[in-house]
Amino acid sequence: MSAETYDVAIVGGGPAGLSAAIELKRRGVAKVALFERGTELGGIPRHCGHPPFGMREFGRILTGQAYARRLAGAAVAAGVTILAKYTVVHTGPDGLLTVASPAGIQTIQAARILIATGAREATRAQLLVPGVRPLGVMNTAALQAFVYQEGRIPFRRPVIVGSELVSLSAILTCRSHGIRPVAMVETEHEVQARPAFFALPRVLGVPVMTGAQVLAIEGSPRVTSVRLRLADGKETVLDCDGLIFSGRFIPEAALAEASALALDLGTGGPVIDQHGRSSDPNIFVVGNMIHPIETAGYCWAEGRRVARLIAAELANARNAEPDKTPGRRIIAGAGLKYVVPQRLTLEGRGTVPALNIRAIGAARGRLILSDGSGTVLRTQSVNTAPQKSIRFSLAGLNLAVDSSDLQLRLEPRP
Amino acid sequence: MTAFGDLVDAVIIGAGVVGCAMARRFSVEGASVVVLERAPDILSGASKANSAILHTGFDAPPGSVELQCMQSGYDEYMQIRESFNLPILETGAMVAAWDDSEEGRLPELLDQALLNGVADARLLGRAEVLAREPALGTHVRAALLVPREIIIDPWSAPLAYAMQAKALGARFQFNAGLLSARFDGDLWHLETPSGTLAARSVINSAGIQGDSVERMLLGEAQFEIRPRKGQFVVFDKAAAKHLRTILLPVPTARTKGVVLTRTIFGNLLVGPTAEEQEERERPDVTRPELDMLIAKAVELVPALAQAQVTAVYAGLRPASEEKHYRVHCLPEKGYFCAGGIRSTGLTAALGIARHVHGLWAQSRTAGGERFAAPPTFPLPNLAEHLPRDWQTPGHDGIVCHCEMVTGREIEAALGSPLPPGDFGGLRRRTRCAMGRCQGFNCLARLASLTEGRLSVPIAPEVDP
Repeated sequence: MSAETYDVAIVGGGPAGLSAAIELKRRGVAKVALFERGTELGGIPRHCGHPPFGMREFGRILTGQAYARRLAGAAVAAGVTILAKYTVVHTGPDGLLTVASPAGIQTIQAARILIATGAREATRAQLLVPGVRPLGVMNTAALQAFVYQEGRIPFRRPVIVGSELVSLSAILTCRSHGIRPVAMVETEHEVQARPAFFALPRVLGVPVMTGAQVLAIEGSPRVTSVRLRLADGKETVLDCDGLIFSGRFIPEAALAEASALALDLGTGGPVIDQHGRSSDPNIFVVGNMIHPIETAGYCWAEGRRVARLIAAELANARNAEPDKTPGRRIIAGAGLKYVVPQRLTLEGRGTVPALNIRAIGAARGRLILSDGSGTVLRTQSVNTAPQKSIRFSLAGLNLAVDSSDLQLRLEPRP
Repeated sequence: MTAFGDLVDAVIIGAGVVGCAMARRFSVEGASVVVLERAPDILSGASKANSAILHTGFDAPPGSVELQCMQSGYDEYMQIRESFNLPILETGAMVAAWDDSEEGRLPELLDQALLNGVADARLLGRAEVLAREPALGTHVRAALLVPREIIIDPWSAPLAYAMQAKALGARFQFNAGLLSARFDGDLWHLETPSGTLAARSVINSAGIQGDSVERMLLGEAQFEIRPRKGQFVVFDKAAAKHLRTILLPVPTARTKGVVLTRTIFGNLLVGPTAEEQEERERPDVTRPELDMLIAKAVELVPALAQAQVTAVYAGLRPASEEKHYRVHCLPEKGYFCAGGIRSTGLTAALGIARHVHGLWAQSRTAGGERFAAPPTFPLPNLAEHLPRDWQTPGHDGIVCHCEMVTGREIEAALGSPLPPGDFGGLRRRTRCAMGRCQGFNCLARLASLTEGRLSVPIAPEVDP
């Protein structure tokens, strides 16, 4: 049996994958298939019953659910072939995909593959949190699926661990369903999202405890309490009936790993160039797998940008050889968790967007970009909250002069 | 099936791997059986947290009951496994030596293996070890290779034993801890939360509570459980490519030590610790020990420094004040005990059951009739290297994406003759929520799919 063929096969139906699919169709790409392993499109936003979503995409403020529905509707209207309940189990090389569905396993052939499988929150196990393992311990996304998708209340008095944007989303989700968080606990010494946002828990009477360590989760069969060591070294026990581990996002990179794409230790996701191209020239990657984590709007814009490049590449010549220029590496130096992209292809089409950077902890000081000989090419001063991403513009720099590795590092303010 | 209140030949206390094997053996031999389990499901104690290896007994004490039970258990597993569709992963094991003193002990371990009848064990030099396992730390010195040590599914196997017992008429009573017991000179009268039952004999396979059960039955116990906590770390499936052979340390007098092994589900597992403690009901994980296990794994296989953790867990092994199994009986009271099965229980269970049934049969003049051809049935395969349900059309969609568990598998487990009593039981039967996202994607859906079908629900409340 010959494989079914598409121009572009997109893996993952969240904001990045949907926006790329819509844009590809808009640019005249004939056969675009989107494979979604779940039953419905929309990705993480479909779990969020609260605003703000959609400003950049639709010019109005929507709940995550309304936003997800709207984006999915646009993809259908654009003529994207939507294949829900289809799991891509392997990709490449040469644009081959192995796909499992309730109908069985099949092979798909695509001129280009776009992976947009997103990210997930770190689990209690990954964070090596001590204690016993009762029911009632989950991530924010699971809580949101409980209340928004399944109409269930998993607990009434949880403790939220984490203080990122998604942790605030957890508070909003709880409060809209009569769940009253007991406390918000952050292991670092400062909140991870912009401090001004933490007026929300204060107004709602949820104490925010920074610098607190979880010493033990207790209870059987359900959570009954959590034991903490507070910033001042004192121990305390909070009675609660659940724990929400929020944030500390990890790329959903299983497919990329199975497909032997080169991975970046900083992000945990695939290594890409500024066009989103992975180490396999037929495979592009967009969305939160390459930068855990950005907003839905950011992923949407990125999906659109990469889709334009793919459309142009396919239009230039049918079955055009993909761009295989080796390019120039960018290394995340001292003080930085990651720099995206990790590679710049100098001959490639399209513009070089700003670098997307995350520091280890809060970034206060100066970012320094240098080349292989140590010559400083550009600096930029920064002052941001720990989990906030930083943009570093490359505009105006002539990077084609040599091919040595570039390095970006953070020099902390003394 | 045996009805509550009927007089039964044997009441088995505890539905861990030993209790499940015991129920199967007694049922196959024609005895009427009731199994009392205090938890909502089988395998809720030490049996849910082991390293899932079928051991040859190469390092067991020569001439011991433990060795005899391990070897007969191993053989019986291999005989029956195909009729229950129970998987094996033939990896072999290496006892690796990392310094002079460990290397010096390998010849005596080889002698012990040969004495124990493990004739294919042999020593490997450093080059052979590294040729077999190129990802090992290069400071490895030598190893004892034991080819027939293999990996099994630690939960489907005992489930098969229990299901066969059930098919032969055994009754499993869950949430049924023993409240009191009285022997009237002829029969036992056992009080449980769901009523009193009468039995000609009692088999104690109560694991971590083995001594308290013996004390409740006999007034005193001839052994004392000294709980030994074992913590484990499960690495993501991407890590499994770094190791094929089970990696055992040179054992100490007290414990088999920390093992690094694949699991049949495609992960890599490191553990257990061996922590003596008084506490019997709280198998908690602790940060220094988890850090130690991860460091140990990285020391053995340096590439694991980049590996992600999928799960952590702990179990309390029912060690006693002596190293050996505590198998004993009082035939005149119809009391039989398989206690102190601190380790190797997964391998030995079928052998222990055969051994204890032998003691029981000697003490009796009459009994039921043996089933010449007891019914068998294939269990769903959960092993990663063999065909899974998602690969067969018509599975109703994948519910758990990390472990590729289908709606059809969830439904089959919930509707089986021995359905799960709690979420842990469903996880062990299907692998749902056992993968890298630990329920990030599927937990809420599972709460709905299992509504009204688990005695301990995942989330009891529906939004009003």
